[in-house]
Amino acid sequence: MRTETANKHPVLFLKTTRRAWYGCSAVLCLALLPALLAAQEERGAREVFADLILAQAGEQAIWVETLSGYGDPIISEVYAAWRAGGIYAFESDGNTRVLMQVNGDGWVAVRTGEAVQLSEAAIAKLSKIRPSRKLRKSMKGLIDTLGLKAPDPATRIDSAIKMGRSQKSEFIEPLRKRLEAEPEEQVQAALREALAISLLANGDDAEVLLAVTDLEEMQSIPAKDFIEKVLAAETAGKGATTELAVACQSALKSIESHMKTLEFYGSFFRGFSTGSVLLIVSFGLAITFGLMGVINMAHGEFVAIGGYVTFMVQRAFIDVWGIGSTAFEWYFIVALPLSFVVAALLGLLLEKSVIRFLYRRPLESLLCTWGISMVMQQAFRLIFGAANVQVNNPGWLMGNLNYAGFNMSFTRLFVLLLALVVVFLTWLLLRKTNLGLHIRAVMQNRDMASGLGIPVARVNSMTFALGCGLAALGGAALSQIGNVGPLMGQAYIVDSFMVVVIGSVGNLLGAGLSAMGIGLVDQLLQPSLGPVMGKITVFLIIILFLQWRPGGIFPTRSRSLED
Amino acid sequence: MLKRDNHTEFLILAVVTSLLMLVPLLNAIGPAEGFLSVSAFQVSLYGKYLTYAVLAMSLNLLWGYTGLLCLCQSLFFALGAYMMGMYLMLMIGERGAYQSVLPDFMVFLGYQELPLHWKPFYSFWFAAGAVLWVPGLLALIFGFLAFRSRIKGVYFSILTQALTYAACLMFFRNDFTFGGNNGFTDFKDILGCDLNADATNRGLFTATVTLLVLTYLSTTFLLKSKFGKIQQAIRDSENRVRFSGYSTTSYKLAIFVFSAMLAGAAGALYVPQVGGVNPSAMEAAKSLEVVVWVAVGGRGTKWGPIIGAVLVNFLKSFTTQAFPDYWLIIMGGLFVVVVLFFPDGVTGLYRDAKAALNKRRAAASPESA
Repeated sequence: MRTETANKHPVLFLKTTRRAWYGCSAVLCLALLPALLAAQEERGAREVFADLILAQAGEQAIWVETLSGYGDPIISEVYAAWRAGGIYAFESDGNTRVLMQVNGDGWVAVRTGEAVQLSEAAIAKLSKIRPSRKLRKSMKGLIDTLGLKAPDPATRIDSAIKMGRSQKSEFIEPLRKRLEAEPEEQVQAALREALAISLLANGDDAEVLLAVTDLEEMQSIPAKDFIEKVLAAETAGKGATTELAVACQSALKSIESHMKTLEFYGSFFRGFSTGSVLLIVSFGLAITFGLMGVINMAHGEFVAIGGYVTFMVQRAFIDVWGIGSTAFEWYFIVALPLSFVVAALLGLLLEKSVIRFLYRRPLESLLCTWGISMVMQQAFRLIFGAANVQVNNPGWLMGNLNYAGFNMSFTRLFVLLLALVVVFLTWLLLRKTNLGLHIRAVMQNRDMASGLGIPVARVNSMTFALGCGLAALGGAALSQIGNVGPLMGQAYIVDSFMVVVIGSVGNLLGAGLSAMGIGLVDQLLQPSLGPVMGKITVFLIIILFLQWRPGGIFPTRSRSLED
Repeated sequence: MLKRDNHTEFLILAVVTSLLMLVPLLNAIGPAEGFLSVSAFQVSLYGKYLTYAVLAMSLNLLWGYTGLLCLCQSLFFALGAYMMGMYLMLMIGERGAYQSVLPDFMVFLGYQELPLHWKPFYSFWFAAGAVLWVPGLLALIFGFLAFRSRIKGVYFSILTQALTYAACLMFFRNDFTFGGNNGFTDFKDILGCDLNADATNRGLFTATVTLLVLTYLSTTFLLKSKFGKIQQAIRDSENRVRFSGYSTTSYKLAIFVFSAMLAGAAGALYVPQVGGVNPSAMEAAKSLEVVVWVAVGGRGTKWGPIIGAVLVNFLKSFTTQAFPDYWLIIMGGLFVVVVLFFPDGVTGLYRDAKAALNKRRAAASPESA
């Protein structure tokens, strides 16, 4: 039931890069300008500010009024310099320019924003301009509410909530004014919320009551503390049965249940996200370990290869096209398949040179691949250094998807999606291709498959290469949400083995289910137990689960004895 | 025939033991310089190798003779080390950096008094007991759960590795009352003897040699007993043993607990000789290192683990000094080569060489055969 109320105002918008909002902000400023200044509508905040600085005392009020229509962050910067005594008038060729001192010895023209070179003689001629006390007073309100007019809606929301939480009575008027002019629905909601919170402290009885009911309807989390304060004051003054006290209690209850819902869904999302990371890493393992009976302890290092290939591709793109270019945005798309190919080839090499001698000796394969993992780790250290390398997100993976109060980062959503794609493609490969048929036959009975003419050796090589390639694909995806370093695979290897054991060895559906299950249990336990105890508890649960189902979720039914 | 073999074996054991005992002897009365001199540092270093040898022998009992590749041997070793470390920490008394009866890290973390489970560790004998029963109890509980649900082969290895991983995470926590990632260090004395004194070092070395000999003898005894025969039968074909009416679960559990206790005892002797223990001693990679020792020496042989542990650690000491960047590559490569080409390790190599020599001798003088 609560879920429905929680989603009564579905708030869905994409927080995109700042650049995209500049266009909107221009339109916005136009709408805001007072009619009498319509003639000056194309002037930027810098020019208006420069005029203000040079204006006579009597005219300053008009310029302040004009400036209040702008939300450019430069205003607060220039004003700070002005107050600190860093604004100078510079007379040259009969006209006066306004210069701002930056970083002690640099000069910037306030009107144009260009850097200005001044000679010693020119510096001597500069005259400092200081704001009058009256002006400072009228500017204060303008600066405080600057954030409300910022071009970026997220900044507007932040600043509205901050102003609301300060509960200063002088903010009520600007908030109201802004609410009338605000075109964005989400910002409007934030403004209403801020106004209501502000009114809790400043309004008369009727207004406070109205604000409390409003906040209940909005399920405003920031308002919780303030409503608690109102309730405490009311209970102390008039008792707990007044209309206001009752309204406060019901509002608090509603807000708290909303918070719980959010937390619950947040844990779910984090659980699926952790699960998808595990899935993507352990799927390759499920293939080599499950289908082939080879314990690949170097699996984690193949994950790291994926990360390092992504790093190399990124570096190549930077070298060729530069970091800000449009081409750079595509590097990750190139890195994904490339990491698969590189790791698959290395896996093929490893299989041909070492693994194929160990098919009937699983314990030895474990030890041997562990030795290989040592060698690979040290090789990474020698080639790329012991520290983590920096992998940047491409622009289209930055930012969050904001839905009904909780954030989902694009990178995590991407990994979730990639996990689904990997599962689907692997399923296709195993069920719909000849190679898949051969893999399944070899897995069921190696000798029989060989007797029926299936090229077992080749199938083995292909399967092992596939497993390694999938590991690197996971590594490439992980490079977007975690660190890329020599030990990056080690962090996942124990968990991945658990996933394969729980999901029944050789069963890909089981691996998928157990990865998601382990991810969910881990994240649902973490808020109450902390990360380390959460992990240990997950491990205990796994041991107990194996008591109940020793063969995992989908045990293989077979009449053969293992030895 | 069998009797003569026994004689040779004990003769070798006696020779090796007396050679080992030369180390403290030379340290006590030997020359200060030259080939025969043995410094206090060397005594502790060789003592450390011998505790590793015992650790390798405990793993060999499981992997070599029962077929259980256990990857939590370093955990049992570290647990034993921690139990002895608790006693040694308390023996520092008020000589720590904070001049408090509490161990330094507890003062640092703001503890007012000693946690309850630390109190009995003022007694050496309690600590010495805990060195055995704490790893033993953990092995009993975990082994019961694992063997009961018939987890074996690589699954057993993976689960034991996860157990080590979980325990390692736990010991890295500061609020676990075991010193967090710094662990225990700065010990002063044991049983009233100064740990920096040469005599104490010699005593600890002698104790380690004693443990080594006892472990060797008990392995020999075990292998000859009915228990040991069943143990080896489990390694070769567990199902046949079970179908013959033996409860393989209890046999495996018993040997698992015994080997955990052995590892714990080795750990307890390791701490005073090395002068500290921290959670990195129980990292999963450490367990695999023990496996390397056994594999290099030769699994399933009585001398293999001892030779392997000492050999690999000498190599490690040498390479980490000479080529620090390449130690991991050398060890990894060594491992691959041993597994692929010398599955029976150094002892296997010796056996093969001896067999080849005999064959050649037989071929050279056919009339004497």
